[in-house]
Amino acid sequence: MVKTQLLVVGGGPAGLAAADTAASLGIQVLLVDEGRSLGGQLVKQTHKFFGSGEHHAGVRGIDIPQLLLKEGQDKITFKLNTTVIGCYQDRVLTALTGEDEYFKISPQAAIFATGASEKFLAFPGNDLPGVYGAGAVQTLMNQYGVLPGNRVLMVGAGNIGIIVSYQLLQAGVQVAAVVEAAPQIGGYLVHASKLARAGVPILTRHTILAARGKEAVESAVIARLDDNWQVVPGSQQELEVDVVCLAVGLSPVVDLLRQAGCRTRYVPELGGDVPVRDSLLRTSQEWIYVAGDVAGVEEASAAMVEGRLAGAAAAKQLGADVAAADEIIARSQASLKALRGGPVGEKIRSGIAKLEGGIANA
Amino acid sequence: MRRITKHPILQFEEKPVITFTFEGRKLQGREGDTIASALHANGIKVLSHSRRYHRPRGFFCAIGKCSACLMTVNGTPNVRACVEPLVEGMDVRRQPATGGELKW
Repeated sequence: MVKTQLLVVGGGPAGLAAADTAASLGIQVLLVDEGRSLGGQLVKQTHKFFGSGEHHAGVRGIDIPQLLLKEGQDKITFKLNTTVIGCYQDRVLTALTGEDEYFKISPQAAIFATGASEKFLAFPGNDLPGVYGAGAVQTLMNQYGVLPGNRVLMVGAGNIGIIVSYQLLQAGVQVAAVVEAAPQIGGYLVHASKLARAGVPILTRHTILAARGKEAVESAVIARLDDNWQVVPGSQQELEVDVVCLAVGLSPVVDLLRQAGCRTRYVPELGGDVPVRDSLLRTSQEWIYVAGDVAGVEEASAAMVEGRLAGAAAAKQLGADVAAADEIIARSQASLKALRGGPVGEKIRSGIAKLEGGIANA
Repeated sequence: MRRITKHPILQFEEKPVITFTFEGRKLQGREGDTIASALHANGIKVLSHSRRYHRPRGFFCAIGKCSACLMTVNGTPNVRACVEPLVEGMDVRRQPATGGELKW
């Protein structure tokens, strides 16, 4: 049995920020991650971040992990290639390193920063090789330097769809079109304009009807949608592509939280089932906190701030200096409010307001 | 052959070659590859076949979550090809989607 004051599950932007914050407040931290390196999905984010200096604006995602761990590193034990596979209500977790090192962890508190997984879309041919999640395309290109294909149909014009389309162009891959079922794009205009300038059509009110091919994707059928989301007859067209990239959203990875008995609630604005939590990101199990996409799908900038908030709140619960913890808590809450301000954050704000005792109500 | 050589932000230097076999055929990957990235770079997208209709299967998520990339590696079935690092001399094979030999 491995004992630790604080267990952080997940070493992406939220988990790293949480571990760093708690450690800087004097707490012993064990951080486990299933990957072979830290940083989670930051490893493939080649674009520069928005926000202000404290959110690492202007820094490319790939360069952020090293900035996140500045204080108290000697108080953090990292265990990579380790998957937490069970979480029980008596505060015992089970984990597996590699294929054969199986062990139990008994923490006094835990922060789950398990992130989110890609959503899928139903259409004939969606099981063909060449139908990839947007994250997969990013991983292949930006992490392994392998081209996903020659010509791509991007499905979804949210931030991810738009940014990955641009990254495809940077890698020398053609983007046949970006289709978006909604009447307007969801991504930032600055990235969308780059696509428009490169001559990539962004077709709003369009969707994919089918992917075709024998052994892998050879073409995709798209069509226009009317105001009732129905296919406009005769609007079908077949595009010659060898990759269909799905950027249709993410779902929080809440499996372990459910197993631990944390209450969840379906909130579409936050990506699906999300843990109910209070303004300190504490779940209905008083020893479990959440941070990052698992607490509601947002951006890496918000994930890092949530990590700091949960890290400070957990540290305070574990007996860290109250004034120091409170200061970080207050600063993080103000920072989140700023990130979620304005029309861009409206969806997130309304989603969080639906969570009982959520931040918006605090 | 399907690797990025020029990129405005990232640098992909040529890494040492790793030799492995796929369905008994000798192929080359690069240091830092996963099994799936090496196969993809060799133009191989079909990693397994579905159980009932034998439809081709490739990876979807590339981060070890979706189970669409399971392959038999050095005789061990159900290895996640998208996250398993490529190792010199690996024997990589396609498998029925469920891993085992099916008797029905």
